[in-house]
Amino acid sequence: MSDSTPEYPVHEGSEEPPVTSPAIGHDEWVARHVERRLPPKLGPVEERLRFVPWWAWLILFLGAACLLPVFSGSPYVRYVGFTTVLYMLLALGLNVVVGWGGLLDLGFVAFYGIGAYAYALLNSDHYGIHMWSVISIPIVVIIGGLAGLLLGLPSRRLSGDYLAIVTLFFLQLFQTLTTNGDQFLFGAGNVTGGANGILRIDPLDLFGKELAIQHGGAFAVGYYFVALGFFAVVFVALRFVNHSRTGRAWRSQREDALAAEVMGMPVNWLKLMSFSFGAATAALTGTLFASANEAVFPLEFYFVLLITVYTMVILGGQGSQAGVVLGAIVVGVLLELLRTPSHARDLFYVLVAAGLVVGLKFTWKLVAVAGGLIAFGFAVHAIAEAIDKSWVSGSAGAWVSDWVIVPVHLASWIAPASYIGLIAAVLGLTLVRGWVRTVLLVPVIYLAAFVWENVMLVKPEPTRYIVIGVILVALMILRPNGLLGERRVEIV
Amino acid sequence: MALLELRKVSLSFGGLRVVSDLDIEVNEGEIVSLIGPNGAGKTTLFNLITGIYDPDEGEILLDGRNIAGLQPHLINQLGVARTFQTLRLFLNMSVKENVMAAAYGQTRAGPLRAMLRTPGMRREEKEIERLAEERLGFFGERLMGYRWNQPAYSLSYANRRRLEIARATATGPRILLLDEPAAGMNPSETQEITELIGKLREEGGYTILVIEHDMHVVEGISDRVVALDHGVKIAEGSFGAVATDPMVIEAYLGLGAAARK
Repeated sequence: MSDSTPEYPVHEGSEEPPVTSPAIGHDEWVARHVERRLPPKLGPVEERLRFVPWWAWLILFLGAACLLPVFSGSPYVRYVGFTTVLYMLLALGLNVVVGWGGLLDLGFVAFYGIGAYAYALLNSDHYGIHMWSVISIPIVVIIGGLAGLLLGLPSRRLSGDYLAIVTLFFLQLFQTLTTNGDQFLFGAGNVTGGANGILRIDPLDLFGKELAIQHGGAFAVGYYFVALGFFAVVFVALRFVNHSRTGRAWRSQREDALAAEVMGMPVNWLKLMSFSFGAATAALTGTLFASANEAVFPLEFYFVLLITVYTMVILGGQGSQAGVVLGAIVVGVLLELLRTPSHARDLFYVLVAAGLVVGLKFTWKLVAVAGGLIAFGFAVHAIAEAIDKSWVSGSAGAWVSDWVIVPVHLASWIAPASYIGLIAAVLGLTLVRGWVRTVLLVPVIYLAAFVWENVMLVKPEPTRYIVIGVILVALMILRPNGLLGERRVEIV
Repeated sequence: MALLELRKVSLSFGGLRVVSDLDIEVNEGEIVSLIGPNGAGKTTLFNLITGIYDPDEGEILLDGRNIAGLQPHLINQLGVARTFQTLRLFLNMSVKENVMAAAYGQTRAGPLRAMLRTPGMRREEKEIERLAEERLGFFGERLMGYRWNQPAYSLSYANRRRLEIARATATGPRILLLDEPAAGMNPSETQEITELIGKLREEGGYTILVIEHDMHVVEGISDRVVALDHGVKIAEGSFGAVATDPMVIEAYLGLGAAARK
């Protein structure tokens, strides 16, 4: 591995390296690896986009986000927008701990809960305290940060699996305490309202005037804008921290804790800070949640939410702020779309089409599979219709009703059998290669469509998470670093 | 007074005495080489000095102050920096960030000031950047220009070794501990490293304690050589004296080797 002789030819056509750095061997070649792989069509576009500064992207994004309520007057859409912004904030917070700190914190949503409960206690009839939001929100953020430090103290010497176990225990502890908080020992009385939670929480009061949750019977758009404002502040603040000595030290200790410590960075303190920053962000989000929903219950801050936020961070690309925000939007919107069958129905076909294009590229194979799929469906449909009309007269999506079989009554064994059969068929597909796989793709996709229309759409709740799980698995195979994550190496 | 002084330092792992009653002095501006067969306790000694291990007995004095038992990052901030035999770079960070991160102990701006981008913080940030560029510039063109923004994992082995040295110097040390800087290098790179270590003292003003197996390097750079075996100092002095010491030859080649010569 000589450094003085050019062992690999430098790629023709790429920009000449600066004159001051002669092309030398191995690392030169590695460095230009990405350049060589860029497809010529996208190359110049990417090159241009790279010069757009981060704040321009942020302003563009915020501008687009502000237009949402303008284009859609639907209170439902506005409320979904608000929840998505909350998800974005949570993802930003988790990104500090997981993406930059490299700490597997499974107690993260407990801080969200702590924030929501703290705001509830400071702004409700529960104790009769009605603080001004401008004061109570900073107090809650500080409480959240301190709670993060508290969890960090016993955990700071732990890493990996052990840390995960301790933090998971913390989440469970939070659950137990809030659920049983209506009858504390020591005569503290009813602190958290138990499983009934705390009700009638005050709305936000930021500009000397209470921000009503309901506006003419619909969700007030003001909350959406307040959340968006919080998001912008948090995004910029965390970005500034990441590009300071603290951020560099966070990432250094993630890469190699021992080396970081020996290079003068107090690793334990840095871990505590990372916990604390993540927790404070979550607590801030909790205040918005509590004030907009007027009530908090223990079960809202539990595993489902934890897994959802982790999915957002992993899907978007941990360590990249833009990535986790994108992940939050994708997962948040998907979960919402999948909630109602009428919205969810078409999503499947869009995903299949996108998957085929990505998997097969624009080749003759794509045409063959798509054509085969259409023909196969109509053929099966026609045969089924000829045998028994009731087999195909169930309610399918409008534009696929002549293609996919949807019986009026589904025999009870068909649902589990077809579902398990689909899993077996997909696994079987991974075992075969070449044209066999291409041919088998057609019936398998058709089976998937059958399962989707007949089994999964009927039960939206589990389906939501199954779909997210499938997307996550597929993405981890295709892009292990998430949508916008930087490539990471463990050992080289 | 010596800059670094080890007094009767001992360390055991269970029943195994890795370092026993070791006395070593390194004077300001000196280059001292540490040699010895594998398992002699050389790297363990570095781990003791940098605070990764605490000695069971004895004192480690830096400029007269006992640093034994302090946390590694505090020892580093007092002026001890090291490189690792098995490279331990921050692989997924850029080359420049690797060096900038090491300035942590020398800078003060906390996260709150970073959030507000105070003028003082921005000034400090510029200073860190200038420092990193200067330290990377120490190696000629090897780590310059477009390499700054590449991730460290894209560097070649030799450049990673250079980056480790650059990172160590960015912590603002008085004494540099180099753990086998020429390991895995080809002859011309080894020659370059030899010259570089001399240059580090001349231009950087560092005192250097170096572990090295390549005797050409040891001969080329050392003011003094200390030979270890089984955690005990078996010889000390000029390269010529240590290289011909019967105890040293025995440690490397086996009992009676010196007599047969």
